[in-house]
Amino acid sequence: MPALVLTLALTGASGSTRAADPAPVNEVAPGVFVHTGQIAEATRDNDGDTSNWGFVVGERCIAVIDSGGSTATGEALLAAIRSQSPLPVCAVISTHVHPDHILGNAALASLKPAPEFVASQRLPAALAARQSTYTALALRQLGADRAPVFVAPTSLVGAQTVQINLGNRDLTVRSWPTAHTDNDLTVSDETSGTLFAGDLLFVDHIPVLDGSLTGWLAQIPTLRALSATRVVPGHGGVASGAAAVAAAWDREHAYLLDLRDRVRASLRIGTALARAVDTLTAPAGWQLTELYHRRNVTAAYAELEWED
Amino acid sequence: MTSPRSLLRAVLVGIVSLMLGTSLAIAADEPSPDTEQWAGLRQYLFANRPIADNVGDVVDLDAPFRAEDASVVPIGLKAKIDQSGGRYIRKLWLVVDKNPTPVAASFELTPESGRADVETRIRLEEYTWVRVIAETSDGQLHMARKYVRAAGGCSAPAGKDNEAALARLGKIKFKLEGEVETGKPTLAQMMVSHPNNSGMQMDQVTRLFVPPQYVRHVEVAYGGKVILSADVDFSISENPNFRFYFMPKAGGSELTAKVVDSKDLTFSSTLSLPKVGI
Ligand SMILES: [Zn+2]
Repeated sequence: MPALVLTLALTGASGSTRAADPAPVNEVAPGVFVHTGQIAEATRDNDGDTSNWGFVVGERCIAVIDSGGSTATGEALLAAIRSQSPLPVCAVISTHVHPDHILGNAALASLKPAPEFVASQRLPAALAARQSTYTALALRQLGADRAPVFVAPTSLVGAQTVQINLGNRDLTVRSWPTAHTDNDLTVSDETSGTLFAGDLLFVDHIPVLDGSLTGWLAQIPTLRALSATRVVPGHGGVASGAAAVAAAWDREHAYLLDLRDRVRASLRIGTALARAVDTLTAPAGWQLTELYHRRNVTAAYAELEWED
Repeated sequence: MTSPRSLLRAVLVGIVSLMLGTSLAIAADEPSPDTEQWAGLRQYLFANRPIADNVGDVVDLDAPFRAEDASVVPIGLKAKIDQSGGRYIRKLWLVVDKNPTPVAASFELTPESGRADVETRIRLEEYTWVRVIAETSDGQLHMARKYVRAAGGCSAPAGKDNEAALARLGKIKFKLEGEVETGKPTLAQMMVSHPNNSGMQMDQVTRLFVPPQYVRHVEVAYGGKVILSADVDFSISENPNFRFYFMPKAGGSELTAKVVDSKDLTFSSTLSLPKVGI
């Protein structure tokens, strides 16, 4: 009898998902697994493996935090989970709407029983407005045969903090005022003191502004005061230990503050947008500045010109 | 206008790409400006009138090589002639071939505009030709164009903070960008806080429906005469922004701006000028 059950379970598993190689993960704390994506733009070669994701294993079930930038990254994530634990996935939490963080959800949508897909209550509107652009972008970057599939969230997080119980292990999900985007979430594993910061924290990868510069600057002290013992950024390496965590927040804060101050100075002397973009060069020490710094100046300018 | 030769070339390329099983996208990074969209638009806007293409003696276009932020792409329409009584620019069209509504704006100007330079910002989603077409007071048409590459990363033409945009709806900032001197074109900037969105049909994933609301007309008057009148739509960025010139004159004490959106909401603002020196 037990042998029969096992056979059925195996048949079900191989029938429901395509075999994928498990993505490499680090167990950064007991039961907390993190995959570090490349610091790069999505391409056909890296197949959207350009952001960090992780999963947390409780006694009853598993929560996934982000899933990479393609169905393939989600399949590799699922294989990584299966190489660590047979427990069901009960929650898939998206830290924000950007496609490099959510497109792997497609590989998790057919799990039985279905997990809750958790996102900010502002994510549906942001996704609706951006989905056609993100689809075109994925087809251009990953290839015409890798059409992205978006999964609708089933559980929305508003101003109230939400607890997710995984069986003797609690995750705290917080929604933030507009910062990196207008739909940022963070996830804290209370057992290990690990904070999944999504793109509220960039390490080595230049921060990317797609929300509010002043909002982001205002939230960093609060994020820093969560006093995580370890923080998983949306891009770049995990910061471990109180000193490294504080340094990572400070470094990002310094970039954003410098951006704010220089754009404000340009506005004060009446510099036009195109000229500000050409003249406010990127500070040293970040990767992918050629892709994102000019864009950050543009976004900062369009925001700060409304200040009185 | 598509010449017989370019039609033939298009047919040949089509045959070759069919044979190779590849798409036209592998062609040179800067493709032919004779796009299908432009052929249709040209006919619609100008019928068979001749257009001096990319000569650069009447009008020029400032546009970036690549859109940095898909929702805010700065564009400059630059006059190469004076706005004097003889021959001046009376109309400028801003066309973005691949946008859902390619005629992003049309501006009407007068000699009192001082200079037919207008800067604004557009949304841009795809690799596309961007064009300015100027009509001079003698009825001639002149075009300048640039090929602009789409933004990378996760940049989208959508607004960044929907709630904040709506909370500030209709606020206008109107200011001078230079010294006011009689008879010398003076730069001013007018920006209006508005989500300027195209709306969307029921979204299949999120089940959301957002009605359109965008700025459709902008008018600036000086000394009681309209000096800039623009028909615009949601190809213009969120919080539409215009930098333009006017010609200060004795007795002209204020600029007034009127903005009308697609829901017929009207917003207006007045800019008092420092006393003009004679
Ligand atoms: Zn992001």
